[in-house]
Amino acid sequence: MENNKIHTVVISGLGQTSVGEHWDISLRELAFFAIEKALVNNRGGYPQALYLANMLAPALSHQSHLATMVADFSGLRGIEATTIEASGASGGMAFRQGYMAVASGLVDSVIVAGVEKLTEQTSVNVNSAFATNTDSEYEADHGLTPTSQAALLMKRYIYEYDVPDFAFSGFPVVAHANGASNKNAMFQRAIKPESYQRAGFVSEPLNMFDVAPYADGAAAVILTRAELVADLPEIPTVSVSGSSAVIDTLALHDRQNPIVFNAAKESIAKVYAQSGLGHSDIDLFELFDAYSIFGALSLEAAGFSEAGKGWELAQDGRINLDGEIPISTFGGLKARGYPGGATGVYQIVEAATQLMGLAEENQVKGAKNALVQSLGGPASTAVTHILSQIER
Amino acid sequence: MDIPRHWRLRKQRYGLVGEVCEHCDSKVFPPRDICPDCGEEAKTLFSFSGKGEVYSHSTVYDAPKGFDESTPYTIAMVKLEEGPLVTAQLTDLQEKEVKIGMPVEMVTRKLREAGDERSMIVYGYKFRPVMSH
Ligand SMILES: [Zn+2]
Repeated sequence: MENNKIHTVVISGLGQTSVGEHWDISLRELAFFAIEKALVNNRGGYPQALYLANMLAPALSHQSHLATMVADFSGLRGIEATTIEASGASGGMAFRQGYMAVASGLVDSVIVAGVEKLTEQTSVNVNSAFATNTDSEYEADHGLTPTSQAALLMKRYIYEYDVPDFAFSGFPVVAHANGASNKNAMFQRAIKPESYQRAGFVSEPLNMFDVAPYADGAAAVILTRAELVADLPEIPTVSVSGSSAVIDTLALHDRQNPIVFNAAKESIAKVYAQSGLGHSDIDLFELFDAYSIFGALSLEAAGFSEAGKGWELAQDGRINLDGEIPISTFGGLKARGYPGGATGVYQIVEAATQLMGLAEENQVKGAKNALVQSLGGPASTAVTHILSQIER
Repeated sequence: MDIPRHWRLRKQRYGLVGEVCEHCDSKVFPPRDICPDCGEEAKTLFSFSGKGEVYSHSTVYDAPKGFDESTPYTIAMVKLEEGPLVTAQLTDLQEKEVKIGMPVEMVTRKLREAGDERSMIVYGYKFRPVMSH
């Protein structure tokens, strides 16, 4: 990165649980399972801090002070621990806090984990909790939900750019195709374009395949200063070559042009500048496909298409694993599932797995640089990272 | 009970009262005290006309507490004639098909039911199609 006073940070351990309904596992156990896996395969130092991503545990799991509980339960008593909440971007934001801590030299090694349980409450309770992620006084108090907000975005996008029917079907079709070979995914079956066309509306024009399913899950990553990590003979080492977080207005209605994800765009411009890479150097993009329209707007924000044309990339296999810009390579939020604040950590784990060449059936061949972006709300918060293979 | 919170919002909820920036004349709703256009202080109150047009719209079938007994309802972003966008429900639609660009005007209606014994009924702005005379 451009500032030569900061340290190179590498990923030294990875862990994840399967995503789905974990009614037999508590929040603390779920987090511990992911942390334990990351600690077992860690080849860096012992973590001195835990940054724990979560978005709704105080509302849905009756637990705040979460990082302390998770560190305690995971046998990490005595370390530093704090919870990071930035709505859907919580996981990306926790990863950025961990990155900054190690890059600064204040700690040698940290664990970044994300945990969420979204399947145990009634849908009315879950909707009420998610609505608190919008502007509660000027959006939620009027009956807006994140899903209906995405519908408002999609409706206006279709109107302004005169987008044909079923133009967004490529996003869920590709996500489900990739999820089919991810044993941790919530949905492991491919879907046909005809199923998309027959699906009922959730909030028109959004249909059920345009909306990622709320899920339970936990993932963990260990970050260590590069000098402290031994190389492996066969597996490339993955470093963080760009890191950025940018906010926009919280409420969608406060923007001059709601159908552009400005924070996503600015955050990506920053990581391109830091890494010296551009969109043509990116081999895969783990984007935040909570809704199909987010996929299109994120591709536009990253420079893979001009405004109003992001949906065209979802046609003709261009976002497939062997396409020009593979996205959602393990199923994305749509098929892997959307476990709230843990999502951004899953995205990092998946991108790192690709760059280590360990993605098996989901492998993007020759992947060297991955763009990873988590969004809170409609890109009200955008956190972006570039992970890169490093040559030693 | 959230009573102070809803009481604080009464001017905005019942009168669509926002702010005008004395530096660039930009009209601001919801009020935020710093002008989003020029970044200067904007604390002068301004009552919006309540007239505007539909910027985008959808339907909520799966709602949070307090709204779940009113489903399905139409949610919209309305572009006020003075400039700002506002999120609100559309009401009094009868059989009228909602379209982007449709002229609407503000009315005061019940926004949400109490939902449970710890919540309260809240009133505030919604928008209805402009009546043709
Ligand atoms: Zn101004």
